Amino acid sequence: MSALLQEMGDRALALGVPLSVQVDLTYRCNEQCIHCYLDHTDHGEMTTAEIKRLLAEMAEAGVFILTFSGGEIFLRRDFFDILEYARELTFCVKLKTNAVLIREAQAARLRDLAVQSIQVSIYSHRPEVHDAITKVPGSLRRSINAIRFLKSQNLKVIIANVLMTANMEDIHGVRALADELGVECSLDPTVTPMMDGDRSILNLNAGDSALRQIFRDEAFIGNAEEFCAPPPTPSEDSMDSLPCSAGHTSCYVSPYGELYPCVQFPLSCGNVRQQSFLDIWRNSQQLKEVRSIRLRDTSCSKCAHGATCTRCPGLAFLEGNMRGPSTADCEKSYARTGIPSANLLAKKETNAAPRRLVQIQLVPPITGSRLSNLAAAP
Amino acid sequence: MSRKLYVARSPRIAARKLGEEMLVMSAVDSTLFTLNPTATILWQAADGATPLDEIVEHKICSEFDVNPDEALRDAETLANDLATRGILLISEQPIGAAKPRLQESA
Ligand code: SF4
Ligand code: SF4
Repeated sequence: MSALLQEMGDRALALGVPLSVQVDLTYRCNEQCIHCYLDHTDHGEMTTAEIKRLLAEMAEAGVFILTFSGGEIFLRRDFFDILEYARELTFCVKLKTNAVLIREAQAARLRDLAVQSIQVSIYSHRPEVHDAITKVPGSLRRSINAIRFLKSQNLKVIIANVLMTANMEDIHGVRALADELGVECSLDPTVTPMMDGDRSILNLNAGDSALRQIFRDEAFIGNAEEFCAPPPTPSEDSMDSLPCSAGHTSCYVSPYGELYPCVQFPLSCGNVRQQSFLDIWRNSQQLKEVRSIRLRDTSCSKCAHGATCTRCPGLAFLEGNMRGPSTADCEKSYARTGIPSANLLAKKETNAAPRRLVQIQLVPPITGSRLSNLAAAP
Repeated sequence: MSRKLYVARSPRIAARKLGEEMLVMSAVDSTLFTLNPTATILWQAADGATPLDEIVEHKICSEFDVNPDEALRDAETLANDLATRGILLISEQPIGAAKPRLQESA
């Protein structure tokens, strides 16, 4: 992130402005990726008019960066109508897509509309691997063709890959493909649970040793010594730090108008069909709750990784407590440094303790529509 | 100064007001700029139809206690600077409808 954007983020935080919002236009998709956590059935998407009204409200509220994602955004017949309106409102627009439906004409239109960047999901450089993940024969070829069309229009393209057992051999191949195409490349090292709490897709994760290998690979993480350094003891200042931008300077709106702190944080804060965007942003009790989270009042305050961990409050919420640890981040912290987290140590102790025949567990309360369907980036 | 200058926001930018300042991002190279309050006033008034001297007279001199000639010179320098960076268009003729439109916010 540029220093200026960081400074703007700080200013937005001080002013209470939602600088960046992701809007998922649809959960429908023309791919059926094995790791996707969406319900692709249309349960009543916002209409063109509803989305335009939302965009106007978001512009009024000060939103600058607008990310359109899904599902597959190009499945909406009104996509360019919506995009054109968004650009009239001078948003900095970013897109997330599988690009299968982008041809020369669409690429030229995206250039005319001065879209800032297009993130394209690519899981392997080999068709047999990528197409097996998307379950669509020919999808890799079409996505790569689309990237070429986009590049020929001088658009900024970022390949987004997700590490899984199915493609762990191909991460360098995808990077080489990105280099050949002249585009950036990112790698998400973990698959996250379905937003209804279903954790079955987690068994697609590449596992601890693959994670450890990647966290020592300078092609992905930069300076390995720095990246894997043991965490410093959390300072008093870090105890007051915020976990992330979710609910502070950013939020997420689903195709059905539900507003959440983040695409990965399925705590419903209101619906833009019933309330204005700004009303929800300013007055939602759920958002106020999210904004009150500080390291010092989470169980992570006692963890060695407390100050450096990327603890995701959304994933923690999915595990039952937004102020608790997120196991995916505990695993990442461990893979990075070799130092187990407070959470992993506690789990070990619990497992080592003699088991009673009947165990009674305290289940944390479920707030909001934790069980509703939610999208995230493809 | 006898010749009239017209200024219009480039359509290939993203922009939003944040507090008193304007955030502007060029779509050409993703460079981010912030405009201070005076530059923001000029930017918002740059509709392609109002000459720069009128913008300075009605929007800047009326707001700030400044010498009109000096303010116009400063505004021309600023406009040229923004034009060099590709986020403002300058012409001696009125410039066609300046899309995208700007929203007031925050
Ligand atoms: S840490 Fe989690 S909740 Fe926060 S912005 Fe990242 S994904 Fe969203
Ligand atoms: S490693 Fe786990 S327990 Fe430690 S701070 Fe991160 S999420 Fe919390």
